[in-house]
Amino acid sequence: MRDVGAPALMRLSGMGKKGRPRKKKPALGPPLICNGRLRELMATHYLLSRYAQGAMPVAWVTSGAPVEILRPFGFYTFYPENHGALVGAQKMGPELCAEAEEHGYHQDLCSYARIDIGHYFSGKTPVGRLPKPDLLFASNNICQTVVYWYKVLAEYWKIPLILFDTPYNFGEISETDISYMVRQLEEMIPLLEQISKRRFRYKRFKEIVGLAKEASLTWGEVLSTMKARPSPMTIFDAFIHLAPIVSLRGLPAALEHYRALLAELKDRVAHGIGAVKDERWRLMWDNIAIWYKMRDFSNLFAERGMNFVTATYANAWAETIEYLDEAKPFESMAKAYSLVILNNNLNHRLHLMERLIREFQVDGLVIHSARSCKPYSVGQYDLKRLITERMQIPTVVIEADIADSRAYSEEQAMVRLEAFFETLEG
Amino acid sequence: MNYFSGIDVGAISTEAVIIDTGGEISGYSIIETGANSTEAADEALDKAVLAAGISRDAVSSIAATGYGRASVPLAGKTVTEISCHALGAKYLFPDIGTVIDIGGQDSKVIRVGDSGKVVDFTMNDKCAAGTGRFLEVMASKLRVSLEEMGELSLQAETEAHISSVCTVFAESEVVSLVAKNCPKEEIIKGLCRAITNRVWGMVQAVGICGEVTMSGGVAKNRGVVALMEEKLGKPIRVHPEPQIVGALGAALFAQRQFREVT
Repeated sequence: MRDVGAPALMRLSGMGKKGRPRKKKPALGPPLICNGRLRELMATHYLLSRYAQGAMPVAWVTSGAPVEILRPFGFYTFYPENHGALVGAQKMGPELCAEAEEHGYHQDLCSYARIDIGHYFSGKTPVGRLPKPDLLFASNNICQTVVYWYKVLAEYWKIPLILFDTPYNFGEISETDISYMVRQLEEMIPLLEQISKRRFRYKRFKEIVGLAKEASLTWGEVLSTMKARPSPMTIFDAFIHLAPIVSLRGLPAALEHYRALLAELKDRVAHGIGAVKDERWRLMWDNIAIWYKMRDFSNLFAERGMNFVTATYANAWAETIEYLDEAKPFESMAKAYSLVILNNNLNHRLHLMERLIREFQVDGLVIHSARSCKPYSVGQYDLKRLITERMQIPTVVIEADIADSRAYSEEQAMVRLEAFFETLEG
Repeated sequence: MNYFSGIDVGAISTEAVIIDTGGEISGYSIIETGANSTEAADEALDKAVLAAGISRDAVSSIAATGYGRASVPLAGKTVTEISCHALGAKYLFPDIGTVIDIGGQDSKVIRVGDSGKVVDFTMNDKCAAGTGRFLEVMASKLRVSLEEMGELSLQAETEAHISSVCTVFAESEVVSLVAKNCPKEEIIKGLCRAITNRVWGMVQAVGICGEVTMSGGVAKNRGVVALMEEKLGKPIRVHPEPQIVGALGAALFAQRQFREVT
């Protein structure tokens, strides 16, 4: 396939392309056939953005926002966080972050936000060009930073911002919380009709909720195949194949992709094909990926016969979706979106991690303390201590960042990881 | 008699330890790492061998640890300082369960299992707060040697309040305390308190288990040890030469490897 507008993504999963020498990875099994499929799907999505402007309304959306409500109005949706991950993987994070810092944004601000704001000032991006938004759509179910980040964008572009406010779940979600969120969704409809100049079609909306649920359930099944020994894919593969469920949720293309991926993985399990050739230890990852270290880490662990088989991060798009219900789209969306891992209490997270450790037969836990992501990183030392004690497995914390490699020290991370390997290998 | 050596190439100092078949320490050396890790390891081994009164040929197996461990071509094995401090400390004090190691560039708290294996550990984050480097910078500012710092700290009746644990910010706090003619001893005790508080956070993250030992260069600072004991509410076991615990652990790994091979 020609490189048609998403060069970064092409390179990200473009292993084995002609003219590019392929690095030998003796510890890794054969790459997934669906990698090519994903490349094509996402490249098409990014390419479409070139033609979207003017032809259809464009919305920039946070990863945890209830995007299903936008779909009946025909919005082209763009995900700055997905773009931030691409920028990180392309090792362009420091460059774009510095652009924002030159305009007064602090280095302690989330690097996805700095990349996005840096793009606003410089126009720099590895994907050619980003579609200018008509609407910003954010939910604070993943963090509070998005509220201020999107307010900044709204101010710069002079465009409307719709915020979906999700009360934090300390224990039990109440009926008042649900009705508060449902009211917000209902209030969005006239606004969205006005911006998109299209009428809301309830039936279409219900179908989209159904599609989103189906795709997320299939994504959950995809992740479940990793319970097999050896696991048919690594979490690094999953982090890349996460793109459709994040940015194409509610569209038929996402569901089709996961059906194809699931079939391939089931086939690999049936034939005993592992993502890591000699899988001896199975690990869990906590927090967002360190995008600029994906390849290095994938080899580093595989060479030691270690495979990441589960992650709270990849699981986040499969975890609460069972609550979605076509018959009660608003109520069920309120529940599914407010109970996501980052809007839920630490006790919930501890139990979730313990369940994943048991179900995926995890031997060790690697915790990424991400400088960018405060809601994900707070409490990690308590979780580490509790999991070490209760699950009797070795754990390690590495301090890094999702996209800004200036917050990562190779030497310090390696000392911690090697000590973890020594404990694991005994 | 077979001899085994462990070399710990750290950020500030390099140590070499020689043990015999029975695990007894035959000799050791502590030198400054300087600009070349390979040369430092070589020199440290030479001096340790001399102290042990043996020739280099008598050393059957060598293991390297510390930040410069990959630059020791003499070593047949490399092990992280975390595993080495755990094993070395457990060997010296069989009843300990927790090791607090404060070295030149990092500090760590390790929970050690029965066999000297690492159960859990935590290390300082990327800044130099709570490390030997912090004290080194302050010692040079106050024109006292590192060795004197501990004694001076114990002489102080009250202490200056150092609010920052950041090395750069704390240095400017020291500058302003000096400007106010605050006694040196009180400033030093305040600095020891700052480093203790910083490391205490890590102790709590890992949790205290069994008896506690301190290793690394900062364990020579009696002021820090006394403040840490105050926090713990019990005495801390400190080897007369706490700087060699990592190298001792490496020597024990070298011995283990030799046994496996032969």
